[in-house]
Amino acid sequence: MNDFKDAITFIGDNSSLLVDKSVEQLLLAAAAIGVALVIAIPLGLWLGHLHRGAWLAINVSNVGRALPSLAVIAIGIGVLGLGFTNVMLALVVLAVPPLLTNAYVAVDGVDREAVEAARGMGMSELQVLLRVELPLALPLLFAGIRTAAVYVVSTAILAALAGGGGLGEIIFNQASYRLPGVLAAAMWVSGLALLVEGLFALIQRLVTPAGLRRGAPEVGPVVETAGTRK
Amino acid sequence: MIHALATKAVVAQTVIPDFGGGGANSCVRQDKLFCWDWFSAHWGNTFQPALIDHVKLTLIAVGIGFVISFALALVAYRYVRLETPITLLTGLLFTIPSAALFQLLVPITGLTTTTVEVALVSYTLLILFRNIVVGLRGVSEEVREAARGMGLTRAQTLFRVELPLAVPEILAGIQVATVTVISLATVGAFIVDEGLGGPIFKALQTSFNTEFIAAGALTTLLAVIAYLLIAGAQRVLTPWAGRSVAR
Repeated sequence: MNDFKDAITFIGDNSSLLVDKSVEQLLLAAAAIGVALVIAIPLGLWLGHLHRGAWLAINVSNVGRALPSLAVIAIGIGVLGLGFTNVMLALVVLAVPPLLTNAYVAVDGVDREAVEAARGMGMSELQVLLRVELPLALPLLFAGIRTAAVYVVSTAILAALAGGGGLGEIIFNQASYRLPGVLAAAMWVSGLALLVEGLFALIQRLVTPAGLRRGAPEVGPVVETAGTRK
Repeated sequence: MIHALATKAVVAQTVIPDFGGGGANSCVRQDKLFCWDWFSAHWGNTFQPALIDHVKLTLIAVGIGFVISFALALVAYRYVRLETPITLLTGLLFTIPSAALFQLLVPITGLTTTTVEVALVSYTLLILFRNIVVGLRGVSEEVREAARGMGLTRAQTLFRVELPLAVPEILAGIQVATVTVISLATVGAFIVDEGLGGPIFKALQTSFNTEFIAAGALTTLLAVIAYLLIAGAQRVLTPWAGRSVAR
């Protein structure tokens, strides 16, 4: 238990180092999630809107879940080489599956009657997607973003192995930082992951339309809203 | 390790591995992306044992994880109020990054396989627990009433009616837990050199590609095969599941 005491001391003495490394890691993770969002969300939303490509959307996620993160990073180093951008691309590969699947499932599962009502009101397909399906799909969509964000922030520890920086530089370098330093970084990064999880849970709650949050009948209020907006 | 990576080029000349054959022009000396000769020459002494260890690590973790989750799920099924706290606790464990959890356990259980297994088990709990509970809750009320009407006791209803009907959900949980453990077990090799993560960590310190690409590819392959095997088992054991989903 003394090791843990020393680790707490290490955190006190080296908080600026830990903050710097956290920023590195969060930047890397944010870049990866950003790229993954741009790729996965439009594709998932559109496929969900068309109710097509279920096979693709679901299987991408299953295969993605089976991809071992360390293996993806290792193969990424082999093919692309070391460095920030290359590690980021490996993380993108890991982040796309949960995003794509959740985006698809979220839109695919929107009440068909609400969608038909929107069409009946003369909305274009894009309007149906953006004004009716997207707001209703947001909670599930954000659940996917939350899963991906936590996963990428955690996995970004491994980035240090490929020259991507972050807290992994401490966790995987016991020779320089000794056990207390390693433990300190491990506790710190656990806190970071929990913080990201909590933050996204909060955002998820905020973006959930009031009608869905209260467990009110799904169709009623939302179609009204879409109508008044139109 | 970071310094070793930074001075990659220098290290490479000295560390390039024990494969003399082929002279200066061999695949290994040129460090091509993947050298089949080197891989097949080291299959027997490096990759096969690592693969077998990896399978063992996975089976033990999923097995122990299942027993614990099953007990937790029965408790939560009986006492609904406990479901949320158990979900929060297992969710907390699930959120802790694996690279951190392995290290955090070292002062407690040392540089041992136990450390690796404890961490791996902790990652199965959320997935298995949630799926078992969802499976049990998914059994329709009419079926339960029919069982009661036939005079089955609570325990009999659970084991003869509810659990068999929950098998598809339970197997889906085992499936996800298994591929998750296969993935995370590679990270555990940083603590104890066991399984396919060993060659990855070792080779990442050099510039020699073949070793970590081979181990990475084998891990991926193992995960995909495990995934498909359990999907197959699901189809064989619960032929009705497909129909009930379509309903």
